[in-house]
Amino acid sequence: MNLFFTIVIDGLIEASWLFVVALGLTLVFGVLKILNIAHGGFYALGAYLAATVVTLFAAKGLPPALGFVAMLLAAAFVALAVGVMLERGLLKMFYGRDEVVLLLVTYAVFLLLEDITKLIWGVNPILATQPYELFGNVSLGKLFYVGYDLVLIPVAMASGLGVWFALNRTVTGKIVSAVIHNPEISASMGVKINRIYALAFGFGLMLAAFAGALTAPKISVQPGLSSDVIILSFAIVVIGGLGSVEGAAVGAILVGLARAASVHIFPQGELFVIYLIMAIVLMIRPEGLFQRETARRI
Amino acid sequence: MKILSHPAAMLGIVLGFVLLGRVLPAWTLSLATVAASNSLIALGIVVLARTGNVSFGQGLFYAAGGYGVALIANSWGLTDAVAQVMIGAVCGGLLGLVIGPLISRYTGIFFGMLTLALSMVLYGALVKTTALGGSDGFNVGRPTLFGNVFTDPREADFMLYSVSVIATGLAGVAATVYFRSELGLMSLAVRANNLRVEYLGISANRIVAINFVIAAVFAGASGALSLMAQRHIDPQFAYWTTSGEFVFVAILAGYQSVAAVFVASLALELVRSFSNLYLPNTWQLVLGAFLLAVILFLPLGIGSLWTSTKRKGSEPDAPAPGATVTEPAE
Repeated sequence: MNLFFTIVIDGLIEASWLFVVALGLTLVFGVLKILNIAHGGFYALGAYLAATVVTLFAAKGLPPALGFVAMLLAAAFVALAVGVMLERGLLKMFYGRDEVVLLLVTYAVFLLLEDITKLIWGVNPILATQPYELFGNVSLGKLFYVGYDLVLIPVAMASGLGVWFALNRTVTGKIVSAVIHNPEISASMGVKINRIYALAFGFGLMLAAFAGALTAPKISVQPGLSSDVIILSFAIVVIGGLGSVEGAAVGAILVGLARAASVHIFPQGELFVIYLIMAIVLMIRPEGLFQRETARRI
Repeated sequence: MKILSHPAAMLGIVLGFVLLGRVLPAWTLSLATVAASNSLIALGIVVLARTGNVSFGQGLFYAAGGYGVALIANSWGLTDAVAQVMIGAVCGGLLGLVIGPLISRYTGIFFGMLTLALSMVLYGALVKTTALGGSDGFNVGRPTLFGNVFTDPREADFMLYSVSVIATGLAGVAATVYFRSELGLMSLAVRANNLRVEYLGISANRIVAINFVIAAVFAGASGALSLMAQRHIDPQFAYWTTSGEFVFVAILAGYQSVAAVFVASLALELVRSFSNLYLPNTWQLVLGAFLLAVILFLPLGIGSLWTSTKRKGSEPDAPAPGATVTEPAE
């Protein structure tokens, strides 16, 4: 029973930050129909920015709570700005090309980002653990957890609800939904689609960087992060259905639980299990768990 | 150009390249060996791309070929280079036969993602398999050729070069013949519109599956070649960025010409070695910029430099290229 609870709680902690990353990825795919490999690069960018801000605040002797808020804001705003510039400056040149070509463009951006972060921050791991102690330790029955980890769960839920609310209950959200369904008609109704594309892309990357910043105090920030994260979040969005917010949530929980379970029961199978789930879901429901099949034009 | 694309002429060209290896300086020779073995797997991706599907998981077959050969070499002592290439091809092909029919039901981004997932399943399994050396992998002995042991490094390099060039060259000739065959032309029809092909009474899935198996065979053989060159194997063979680089060579080449694959692979290796020399640690930066430039300025790949003249006015990269008959030039 104890093992079961451990797996569930560990799985949910894992799922929470993965969900925030996958939410951004699925949002970008929904609006722009681009599977963005560079997403992982922005996760890493967020983590590096957060580590820098935290270290800076600690060096100045400012309270870690302030550092915590500052690192989240810094990561989110830089990613939003870079994302909008990237979409306007680069991606828009490739619209209308094959989706595989767009995938390769984002792969190129991923490669560029990987080396740029290395040039700025070097290759040595950076530790910025000050905010990790902010929320103390919590005991659940016989188990002890770091408060910070448990805080991630409500933060992820809030992000998910926020995105859902913004998409379904605001005017901008309705416009975004219209663009998702049919960009041409939306444009003829007077929607500035370019603006929506830039906004959605920037916002998606902002979520990736936000998740990177959230996890930065938990981990040692080092090269290779982006590659691991993009592989996991790909699995999540494909399991849930590309472009679906609910799907991303279910996918993240599945992947988080599978990862936690395999770490505790069968450590050899960590990566293996996640991709096996993804392969099985694709075999049975190619369009993912939460995606309606669409008729195609002949 | 026309006469050069005759199979016999192409065999002559392959032979010419082998003889050229005699006069090449040592650094070019090893570079050309790597380029030849990489172009074999990229050629497989091109074969598959002609049906409109891009595999992001060729590392699966690359690793299957490499590990298969390495295990057989270490347990049975089989070191013959030609036999190793064949074993690699068989290992890749068998795995392709299992996966091909399953995966041919998918198109576009799902096809790519599923191949990527399968290669990452293998990667995840290999990293944690301590019997196979885990993430460090293991070493294999020097390859021999028809009972000859090569102790002189120069001779050993030339042997590897010849085997790689001949294997890749033969695959190139076979691919050219295949591209012009009924089935090969049908692949282009599937790329243009798979449903219409189905309505004509031909199974589009079968065509995709056949091309997939060919790509798997090429990838397996390429894994064996690369194992021989490195004499070491590790799970990195199956990692998605490895597959990504091969897709890059295929995109750089375009899907119209076999010769372009070799040129693209050589270009990539040259860029890699020069960036190692002059811009160390920024290899990915160079690769990314190079990739963007190619997609932007050469949307149909290097091959379009000498095959696209008669196809002026057709949309670059539209689902249906203007002419259905391409002339693969060698």
